[in-house]
Amino acid sequence: MNRRTLLATAALGLGLAFGGVANAQAMDKAKACFVYVGPIGDLGWSYQHHQGALAVQEAYGDKVEVTWQENVPEGADAERVLTQMALSGCNIIFTTSFGYMDATNAVAAKFPNMKFEHATGYKREQPNVATYNARFYEGRAIQGHIAGKMTKSNKIGYIGSFPIPEVIMGINSYYLHAKKVNPAVELTVVWAFTWFDPAKEADAAKAMIEQGVDVIASHTDSTAPLAEAAKANGAVIGFGQASDMADYKPSPRVSSIIDNWAPYYVKRVGEVLDGTWTQTDVWAGIKDGEVEIGEITDAVPAEVKAEAEAMRDAIAAGTYHPFTGPIKKQDGSDWLAEGAVAPDGDLLGMGFYVEGITADIPK
Amino acid sequence: MFGGIDPGLLIASLMVASVPIILAAIGELVVERAGVLNLGVEGMMIMGAVCGFIASVQTGSAVLGFVGGALGGAALALIFAVLTQFLLANQVASGLALTLFGLGLSSLLGQGFVGIRPPATEALPFGPLAESPFFGRVIFGHDWVVYLSIASVAVAWWVLKSTRLGLILRAVGENHDAAHALGYKVRRIRVLAILFGGAMAGLGGAYVSLVRVPQWTDGITAGAGWIALAIVVFAAWRPWRALIGAYLFGGISVLQLNLQAAGARIPVEYLSMSPYLITIVVLVIMSSGKGKAALNAPANLGQTFHASR
Repeated sequence: MNRRTLLATAALGLGLAFGGVANAQAMDKAKACFVYVGPIGDLGWSYQHHQGALAVQEAYGDKVEVTWQENVPEGADAERVLTQMALSGCNIIFTTSFGYMDATNAVAAKFPNMKFEHATGYKREQPNVATYNARFYEGRAIQGHIAGKMTKSNKIGYIGSFPIPEVIMGINSYYLHAKKVNPAVELTVVWAFTWFDPAKEADAAKAMIEQGVDVIASHTDSTAPLAEAAKANGAVIGFGQASDMADYKPSPRVSSIIDNWAPYYVKRVGEVLDGTWTQTDVWAGIKDGEVEIGEITDAVPAEVKAEAEAMRDAIAAGTYHPFTGPIKKQDGSDWLAEGAVAPDGDLLGMGFYVEGITADIPK
Repeated sequence: MFGGIDPGLLIASLMVASVPIILAAIGELVVERAGVLNLGVEGMMIMGAVCGFIASVQTGSAVLGFVGGALGGAALALIFAVLTQFLLANQVASGLALTLFGLGLSSLLGQGFVGIRPPATEALPFGPLAESPFFGRVIFGHDWVVYLSIASVAVAWWVLKSTRLGLILRAVGENHDAAHALGYKVRRIRVLAILFGGAMAGLGGAYVSLVRVPQWTDGITAGAGWIALAIVVFAAWRPWRALIGAYLFGGISVLQLNLQAAGARIPVEYLSMSPYLITIVVLVIMSSGKGKAALNAPANLGQTFHASR
């Protein structure tokens, strides 16, 4: 019997012993655990999740014990960390990166009484796995608008992490809205194949700047692309990603997408406490306050800022959807007809670029 | 222009990208030649990154930042030296612990320094030479640390090959009992080598936080120390091969980003794995036939030394 089956058996035993009691019961005290893909100090993605964790502590005080682990690699290591967390008595575990998807479901199968919340994924193979995500593409639309208006070289860039639907829909949204206000715009996409590697992110930004790109959006977790853009002394602008990254105001950071996970985390941990937690799939956006648009600085002309803010308000009000037809796919085939808005299913499985992007998606 | 990429720009950024791993690899190479296996390169690099950052922000001087980085890396290496040379702890375990300790300590030290921009390290003023079309970027367009990194390779090569100091160092690494019998202070030489390795790793780390990314972020070195360790083996403990290895690894990483930015339709996966493929090929070629002897690691690598035996 190897260690894994031993653990699984132990877990099964625990489950049999307490299973009937623990389900749908209010608790006096809960333990909430968080798994981060990078360090909290990345000032981006993981930092923002940690702010949510701190908000949970704030909201429930003594009733909740919050623990977390940073720098957990995606893949097999994640499964080990999750198993350890589950054995240490976590009642709810938030796994905050796409690459934890299979590990989350695998561990959830062994610990049926624990709640698992997987960020940005789509697999809910076990009844105790919920998924949650934010409509980042709404923020990308606003960035695209600013990028299209602000670029002087008509070359805009996007640093991708991994070619997964979440990132691809960000790229499409960014490009569509830049193209709408500036038909001459060209998009350069560079895949870093990492979520967090400041030196590589900076190199990616540098490579684009050398190619004449002067507006850079990034989908990685650190502030390094902004630091690289800052070297250009105002000639290159960028956006805060996941967190406000206000240290780079007013330029190169001219605006930002802020992930505000706190309300969701507080709500879900509360549901664990009062025994009402159920499996859900939540995809909230600007309207729900989960995606916030950071202050648009004075480096952006007033009328562009006003347009961007109007778009933000229209998305919040539900009167505008960033993917509204007619939109064709890259290969020229039709995707959305005139006036049609993209169904969520299409977005969540998005594996294609829209018409006009010249690059290929790595397979 | 080649495929939309200016080769001058490409080589220039390749040289910059490789600086941290060259510095750390040369330091580790000297340490291993002295017979000590220090797996704490990543930890020493990140300590150098944070100490260098703090020093330069506090003093306003980039040069003092690099001095601080070297001192920070050496300070952490001193712990390793005490553990392995005086307390005779296992080198592999101590080295791994050093990396974990360095990552944690750097995060603690860096708490108040997030979001600050360090003083800039400018390119050396070569005047009109820097304006020349290709060589201006490649040879005359860098900051002083880039030249230092190449100089360190040359010096390490020369010292190891042609000086008494290098001979003693190698003797200690190849057979510490014999070196001891000849009257050389094995422990002292190894401690000094470890401190040198720490200082070089610290310099490399400081280059990441002061020049390449110019900011402090937790975990900023992101595995560069492990690549430096791999390069030492790849180079078969030879300085110039370490330079080639560093340019290969650093260069491929930069090249694939540049190819993407230039819109070249080359699958990035192949490029990303090519340094590892080349490593395997090089190791296979070297370990067969005549080149085999050259592959040998220092005979006493990783073994603890105690004078009583």
